Amino acid sequence: MSILTPDDLQAVTLTLKLASVSTVLLLCIATPLAWWLAHSARWYKGLVAACVALPLVVPPTVLGFYLLLLMGPQGMVGEFTRWLGIGALPFTFAGLVIGSIVFSLPFAVQPIQNAFEAMGKRPLEVAATLRASPWDRFISVAVPLARPGFLTAIILAFAHTVGEFGVVLMLGGSIPGETEVLSVAIYTHVEAMEYSEAHWLAGGMVLFSFLVLLGLYRVGGNWAKGAR
Amino acid sequence: MSGIRAQFKLQRDSFVLDASFEAPMRGVTAIFGHSGSGKTTLLRCIAGLERAPGVLHVNDSVWQDDQTFEPVHKRALAYVFQEASLFPHLSVRANLEYGYQRIAASQRKVKPEQVIEWLGLSHLVDRRDVHSLSGGERQRVAIGRALLVSPEILLMDEPLSALDTRSKQEILPYLERLHRELDIPVLYVSHAMDEVTRLADHLVLMEKGKVIASGNLHETLARLDLPIAHFDDAGTVIEAIVAQHDEKYHLTRVDFVGGELWVGKVDQSFGSDVRARVLARDVSIATQAPHGSSINNILNARIDEIRDEGPDKVLVRLQIGESQMLLSRITRRSRDQLGLKPGLFVCAQVKSVALMS
Repeated sequence: MSILTPDDLQAVTLTLKLASVSTVLLLCIATPLAWWLAHSARWYKGLVAACVALPLVVPPTVLGFYLLLLMGPQGMVGEFTRWLGIGALPFTFAGLVIGSIVFSLPFAVQPIQNAFEAMGKRPLEVAATLRASPWDRFISVAVPLARPGFLTAIILAFAHTVGEFGVVLMLGGSIPGETEVLSVAIYTHVEAMEYSEAHWLAGGMVLFSFLVLLGLYRVGGNWAKGAR
Repeated sequence: MSGIRAQFKLQRDSFVLDASFEAPMRGVTAIFGHSGSGKTTLLRCIAGLERAPGVLHVNDSVWQDDQTFEPVHKRALAYVFQEASLFPHLSVRANLEYGYQRIAASQRKVKPEQVIEWLGLSHLVDRRDVHSLSGGERQRVAIGRALLVSPEILLMDEPLSALDTRSKQEILPYLERLHRELDIPVLYVSHAMDEVTRLADHLVLMEKGKVIASGNLHETLARLDLPIAHFDDAGTVIEAIVAQHDEKYHLTRVDFVGGELWVGKVDQSFGSDVRARVLARDVSIATQAPHGSSINNILNARIDEIRDEGPDKVLVRLQIGESQMLLSRITRRSRDQLGLKPGLFVCAQVKSVALMS
């Protein structure tokens, strides 16, 4: 007998797809943001840092609610996407990706920012005196030295997206194959009193989380060694 | 015009840098001053690591003026920091070649293998982990890495001050050879007089963010109006050549324009260049040639200038021969009892000479 129903399997695949897409896009957004936060001395830096950290403290349902309003037909983003001809984003996969990015942003930005700050200016100054252009310095010195920060960011952002529930429920509902992710599938099973199905999914989540943390601590350990 | 001409103004909190100097584009120019005098800031301005309004001409090219600011990576310089600052993610060889790979092949004046051999790094190049190197080895790699960008000028910011005495002794000979063999002009920031007198040809003195004097090392060290003449370890430098070895008494005679000195035997061969440092506190003055003195080195000198130094001491500048200067620190009472005044011919008794290379 099959342990997971086809719907459950679909939820698992969708969750992994969502987490992968979100993590890749998050890295593209978080890296320049972290670089700017680590090096800027502008007065509004604190403001930006606070906005980035906001999803850490705001309840996911609140975040999901505002994102729903923003992306809905009457929202600013919604009007913009309609003008682009994409249509409304809520209850679509793209909408979930945007929600996940906002929700997981601090988990991606902060480790990278810490790594950039920890290396200080000296390695970049040295590279500059050795004829490396700013972009060259970033690629050949800053990124390799911040590698542990990037690894932490990838793991945290991915895992966090896999486990999110509040934003997804507000923004995506539970359309199988489109927006029904793992956490929502578990919730649906529990509501239908299908405890054994819920167990398989929930147990898998616990195992997954444990492995992620194990990996994280190994990265952390190597980092401590490399920094000496 | 061949040379470096720099002028910078920078205000940061309570510190004000207002420095300008000119230096020749050959030999070693030491930028000397106490910590907090702004010498490192000045060097960072020259490198472009610090952005201060000013003017900087290096040979015929303008690196900075009102309209121009060449970014660091476009300036034909190399920089050796106080700490070696090797890239921890790169092997020793990759560190050495980091800059070398970033300059055009036509600009490369030295090859990695030459620099590796020259700095005695061949047993280290294959190390992957730069943390396994000693402090002195790391700084040698950093110097090699800098030389491999074939710079027009080499900037060094207290490259020895983070090292222990042994590592310093290990690196100093390389710095001297650098100067003699590679013909790259060096700007050398330091607060250590022994390094400066050993390496420099030209001296830029800094105090409280200002350049208070700049000139030839010999002349500047002998200027009684400058604060360095009144340091405890004030003294002058004599360029000499090895002229004779006395095996019986284990002594070496070195000759300079205007006289000769006997020093403890050195290894250098006959005819090689050496630099001797004579401190003001080691020179005493006699009005007649002393009889029965244990002092080996007695030079005929003419008093050039006398300046009071504190309530009990005076500093005397003596001229030996055509151009060599010595400083002598004596008591005010001795000056009066011997009737010393400028123009008088005297005997300078040199108690101790430090040979530096």
